[in-house]
Amino acid sequence: MLKKRVIPCLDVRDGRVVKGVRFQSLRDAGDPAERAALYAEQGADEIVVLDVSATLEQRGARLATVASVRERLPIPLTVGGGIRDEEGARALLEAGADKVALNSAAVVDPGLVERLSGRFGAQAVVVAIDAARVGSGWRVVVRSGTTATEIDAIAWAVEAARRGAGEILLTAWDRDGTRSGYELELIGAVARAVRVPVIASGGAASARHMVEALRAGADAVLAASIFHDGETTVADVQRVLASEGLEVRT
Amino acid sequence: MNAGTEVVVARTGVANLAAVVAALRRAGARPVLSDRAGDVRDAGAVVLPGVGSFAAGMRALVDTGLDLALRDRVRDGRPTLAICLGMQLLGLASAESPGVEGVGAVDARYARFAGEIRVPQIGWNAVVAPPEARILANGDAYFANSFRLDRAPDGWTAAWSGHGGSFVAALERGAVVACQFHPELSGAFGAGIVERWIAAARREVCAC
Repeated sequence: MLKKRVIPCLDVRDGRVVKGVRFQSLRDAGDPAERAALYAEQGADEIVVLDVSATLEQRGARLATVASVRERLPIPLTVGGGIRDEEGARALLEAGADKVALNSAAVVDPGLVERLSGRFGAQAVVVAIDAARVGSGWRVVVRSGTTATEIDAIAWAVEAARRGAGEILLTAWDRDGTRSGYELELIGAVARAVRVPVIASGGAASARHMVEALRAGADAVLAASIFHDGETTVADVQRVLASEGLEVRT
Repeated sequence: MNAGTEVVVARTGVANLAAVVAALRRAGARPVLSDRAGDVRDAGAVVLPGVGSFAAGMRALVDTGLDLALRDRVRDGRPTLAICLGMQLLGLASAESPGVEGVGAVDARYARFAGEIRVPQIGWNAVVAPPEARILANGDAYFANSFRLDRAPDGWTAAWSGHGGSFVAALERGAVVACQFHPELSGAFGAGIVERWIAAARREVCAC
């Protein structure tokens, strides 16, 4: 039986981990390789690096960051941010990522999911979906939340999986950074709609929130600030999950 | 004790090798990438990594002649570590790519996971190894696969895991190890397997 995964997320800009990215109040949270290694030692099941500064001219720096994280990291590494084409994905995988996370580019060009999955395998392709509640449903938002679309988030998750996504990284955009807990209804709806694993993101302030998300159907939970701030450790979270009867890695 | 042991990592063109190379370095070995059949045939120790599809993986092995080199190595019991798709490629066939013949060094046919479970299997799962295992052990390992082997081939020591039913997590015979999981991504548990395999490879080489 698969264990429930706890995944610290590193938002990286210019080679440094930053906090509060989505609120434009950046604070430095250290060196990505050191942070990743620290969380791995705490028992993290995986690391996600989202490079929010992934412009064309910064790609070289991003590859160096990925390589330095890889050198020390004995657990899976997912990298996302600004991946537009096969070449960008290939470069990241070659630098040491095990998976790439596609977001806006997959919405614009859904065929990219198929091409990457066909070339690198479904296990290497994560489709990240940022969803915002609209009425009784959820719509996809793109370009770091700045652009709303008419696309239904659950239908897009189904299509992404059909096109070859190995996992769905599901962020409730209106929850992100609010510390009000994950969007449980959204998690449940997507987890029921697809067969691939679903990683819940957005809104976590405590291990209790993670328990809720996993019970709602998530296979993994992702969080950033609660780990960066040292409020809790991955090991603490796993102890709480285990005490609630959820199977975690030992 | 594994310091400086040269390990040839078979470059199949479909696998990203950085994690395997990093894990070998952390274990004290000296990884060397090669897609030359001669290197793979003659090396003291070989890793066959693999991600991607069965058909693409076999095409890369056949194009380079690595298929025959690997078949001979495994049949002769020479130190070899096959990972994920690499394990499947050593078998006879996979339902992922009907009609494509595997390397054929292991009597194994792979089928897709069935049942009301997540596919691909992506994440950590418990591995149970029998007491006679020398390199494999009990612990949690990271898997990323849609196809699996549900029967242990004769002559191999098998470790097991479960995802909608039991499947073979890894096979071991002397210094030949085939893992469905990724030891290079399986934390301290995976590092232990890599270290014991390198140690076994060194013993084989020294015995020659």
